Amino acid sequence: MNAAYLYSLIAVVALGLISYAGVAVAGLEGFFGIFIPYVALIVFVVGFASRIIDWGKTPVPFRIPTTSGQQKSLPWIKHDRFDSPYSTFGVIGRMALEILLFRSLFKNNRVGFSDGGGYQKIYYKWVVWLWLFAILFHYAFLVTVVRHLRFFTEPVPFFVEMLSTVDGIMQVGAPGMFLSGVVLLAMASLLLVRRIALPKLKYMSLAADYFPLLLIIGIAITGILMRHFVKVDVGAVKELTMGLATFRPSIPEGGISAVFYVHLFFVSILLAYIPFSKLMHMGGVFLSPTRNLPNNSRSVRHVNPWNYPVKTHTYEEYEDDFREKMKEAGLPVEKE
Amino acid sequence: MVDTPKPEELIKNIDHTPPETPWEETVPDISPGNFCYPTKKKNLEYLSMPTTTVDEWSPADEEWPLPDNWQQIVHDGFKDLLGKYRSLKIFMDTCVRCGACADKCHFFIGTGDPKNMPVLRAELLRSVYRNDFTRVGKILKKIAGARPLTKEVIKEWFTYFYQCTECRRCSVYCPYGIDTAEVTMMARELLSLLGLNINWILEPAANCFRTGNHLGIQPHAFKEMIEFFCDDIEEITGKKIEPSFNRKGAEILFITPSGDAFADPGTYAMMGYIMLFEHIGLDYTLSTYASEGGNFGLFTSSEMMKRLNAKMYAEAKRLGVKWILGGECGHMWRVIHQYMDTMNGPVDFGEVPVNPITGTRFDNALSTRMVHITEFTADLIRHNKLKLDPGRNDMYKVTYHDSCNPARAMGLFDEPRHVLKAVCNQFYEMPENTIREQTFCCGSGSGLNTEEIMELRLRGGLPRANAVRYVHEKFGVNMLSCVCAIDRAALPPLMEYWVPEVDVCGVHELVGNALVMDGEIERTTNLRFEPLTDETEVEADV
Repeated sequence: MNAAYLYSLIAVVALGLISYAGVAVAGLEGFFGIFIPYVALIVFVVGFASRIIDWGKTPVPFRIPTTSGQQKSLPWIKHDRFDSPYSTFGVIGRMALEILLFRSLFKNNRVGFSDGGGYQKIYYKWVVWLWLFAILFHYAFLVTVVRHLRFFTEPVPFFVEMLSTVDGIMQVGAPGMFLSGVVLLAMASLLLVRRIALPKLKYMSLAADYFPLLLIIGIAITGILMRHFVKVDVGAVKELTMGLATFRPSIPEGGISAVFYVHLFFVSILLAYIPFSKLMHMGGVFLSPTRNLPNNSRSVRHVNPWNYPVKTHTYEEYEDDFREKMKEAGLPVEKE
Repeated sequence: MVDTPKPEELIKNIDHTPPETPWEETVPDISPGNFCYPTKKKNLEYLSMPTTTVDEWSPADEEWPLPDNWQQIVHDGFKDLLGKYRSLKIFMDTCVRCGACADKCHFFIGTGDPKNMPVLRAELLRSVYRNDFTRVGKILKKIAGARPLTKEVIKEWFTYFYQCTECRRCSVYCPYGIDTAEVTMMARELLSLLGLNINWILEPAANCFRTGNHLGIQPHAFKEMIEFFCDDIEEITGKKIEPSFNRKGAEILFITPSGDAFADPGTYAMMGYIMLFEHIGLDYTLSTYASEGGNFGLFTSSEMMKRLNAKMYAEAKRLGVKWILGGECGHMWRVIHQYMDTMNGPVDFGEVPVNPITGTRFDNALSTRMVHITEFTADLIRHNKLKLDPGRNDMYKVTYHDSCNPARAMGLFDEPRHVLKAVCNQFYEMPENTIREQTFCCGSGSGLNTEEIMELRLRGGLPRANAVRYVHEKFGVNMLSCVCAIDRAALPPLMEYWVPEVDVCGVHELVGNALVMDGEIERTTNLRFEPLTDETEVEADV
C-alpha cells in the first residue's frame, strides 16, 4: 500500500521539477505559461462537459431516494421535509444542505467496543473531524479560486476585492497573509495525514486518492511561496494571466520567477485531471439518484424509459396448474 | 451452529485491523460456512435464466462451471447496465474513498473483514469498471486501481455480494449518497448472467412464479393454513372468523408475505391482521395467486423483480378491488414503494385508496393504490375506531426494530410507533444510532437467511442484537417487534444466540392481543396461548 502514495508523491515532485527546470534551465516560458494552460483548460471544459452529458443522458429508471426521515403519509404525522422530501422544493433543500453543508458527512460516527455491564458493548461516537477537514478544505479552495479572479479581470469586480479583504483580515506579514491559502494547505495536509495514519483508510486508498491531495498541497505551497518568500512580480503575473484571459497571450518582459510556472503547471495538471478522476464528484453530487429525487413514488408514477414487457405467470396458467385442487378446497375458479 | 464460538468469544475476537496483504491480493475464504449454496439448476431452468455448465457444483471447488465466453458475457452485461442506470455510473465514478461508510456496515462491524467495508465492496466492481470502461484505467492499469476480470474476481464477487444485505445504511452517511444496495444489485445481476445464483433466493423465486408464494404453498393449503389460524382465534376470543379467498368484488385485496402464513412468530401477526379486519368489518379478500408480498426477484435482477411483482396488479384487476393493502414486510415494501408502479403500472383498476372506516384518503398512495398496514392501522387508532386494552401486552416490555427497507427506502418510522404505543404500555427505544434511518439490519436480509452461513448471519446481526441487549439490560425489554417477515425468521435465532431472553413479534401480533373485539369472550391467553399474567390483573385491581 506504500506504493500508492509513493507513486503519487514521485509524480507530483517530478511534475514540479519538470516545470521548474523547463523554465529556469530550458527557458520554456511560452510552453508552460501559455500552451499548457490552454490545453489544460480545453481538456477540462470538454472533459467535464462530456462526463456530465454522459451522466445526464443515462436514464434514471427508478426513483430510489435514500429516505433518512419520516415519509409523508398521514396528515397528522409530521413529515421530514428535507430528509424525506416529497416535493421539488424539499429536494432542493436536501441538495442544498448536502452540497453547501455536507450534511450526510456531518452524521458520521465511529464504532467501538467497550466492556460494560458485564458484556461487550458496541458504541457509536459522533466524530466531527472528517466533516470539519472536508468542509474547511472545500470552502478554502472556493475562496482561493474566487480570490484568483483578480488575475483574470480588469477592473477587478467588487466581490473579489471584498473577499480578498476579508480573507486577509488577519493582517499577518506584508503583503498580508490570506487565511484561505493557509487553511487550504492545512486541511489538505490533514486529509493526507488522515489517509496515511488511519489503518482502514490507508488500506482502501489508491494512488488516485493521494495524487490530487499532493497536487493541491503543491499548489498551496507554491502559492504561499510566491506571496511571502519568493515575492514574484505580481504586475508581470497579471500581465500574463490577463493575456491568457483575453486570448492575447504573451510572456511579460523581464520574466517571472520559475516558482510561478510550477504553480501554474500544477493548476493546469489539476484542471486537466479533474474529468478523469474522482474529482468529478463535484458534478456527480448533483446527480446522485439517492439524493436528488423526491420520496413520492407511490403518489406520482416514475417512468422508466427502458421498461420492457416480461414473461409472467398469469392467473390463467396458475389456475390450469391447480384447478382441481382449488375446486376441491372450495376456492372459486374462472373455468369449471 | 456446532462450530460457532460462544457469543463472548466471538465478539472479543472481532478485529477491525486490516490485514498485511493489500485487498487486491487477499484471496477470499471460500470454505464451507462462508458461502451460500448455489442454486439448483432446475430453478434457473424454470425461470428461463442462464445456467452454469454443470448441474451440481460447490463454490469450494477450484474450477467453477462457467461458460467459455464468461468474460465477454460479464463485460457486455456490465456495459448494458451502465447504459441503463445513471446510479451505477455515478456510484462508479464519484467515490472519493473518504471512509465515512467503512464502519457503518453491520457485516464489517461483525466480521472485521475489510471487504465488508461498503467502499471496498464497491471497489470490487469499480476496479473492473476502471479496467474495462475508463481511459485512465486502460492506460495506468494497477496504478489507477484497475484490475482485469479474472475467475478470482468472480469468486470474490460471489462471496462479498452475497455478504451484503442491501440494507442501505452506508448510503445514509455517504456524502454522495452512494448506495451499496444498488451496487450489490448490479453485481448480482452480472453474476446471474453466468448462472451464479444462490439457492435460498432462486428456489423461493421459482416457487413464487409457479404457486404465487415463496414457500410453494399451493392454493388449497394456503386456505387451510389461514383457516387453522381462525380456529386458534376462535379458541382465544370466541369469535368465528371466515375470511374469503380470491373473492371478486371485494373492496380491498390484502397481500402479506407468505412467511406470515407459514412460521411463528409471523403467524401471530397474521392472526392479528385477520382479527383487526373482522373487527372493523373490512370488505377484503385474500388471494392464493398473489399470496406473496415479498419479492426475491429484487435480490436477483430487475427483470425477475418485475416478473414476480406483476401478480399483484394482475390479481387486483381480475378481482375488481378498489385498492391493495399490504402486510408487514421489509423488502416487499421497497419493491412496492420504489419500483412497482414504475415497473408494472400505470394501474388500470380501482380508485385512490380510502379507509372505509375513517374516510381518510391515502393521497400518498394515489398512483400505486397500495397502502401499508401500519399506515392503515395508525389511521384507525388516530380516529378512535379501535377499542384497545394495552394491558394485555403487559407481559412484554417492547422495543421496535426498524426494518431496513421500510426505514431507508420508504421512510416508515412513526406509523408503527404510533400503533405500538397504543397497543402496549411498555415501549422503549434502542439507542439512537441503531434505530430509524440509522437502523441495523437483522444480518440476514436480501436472501441471506440461510442456515449454511449461520455464523456470518450472527456476526452481521451483532450490532442489532447488541442494541437489543442494551435495552434488555437497562429496561428489561423482552420483546423485539418489527414489520418484516425476514426479520421474524432471522431475529429469533439471532436473539437466541446473543440475547436469549428476548423474543420477536410482528407489530400486528401486539395489535391482535390488545384489540377488544365486539362480542369476544374474556381472554385468558395471548395469541401465543401464553396465559395473561396474574401481574396484569393485580395491577389492574390496584
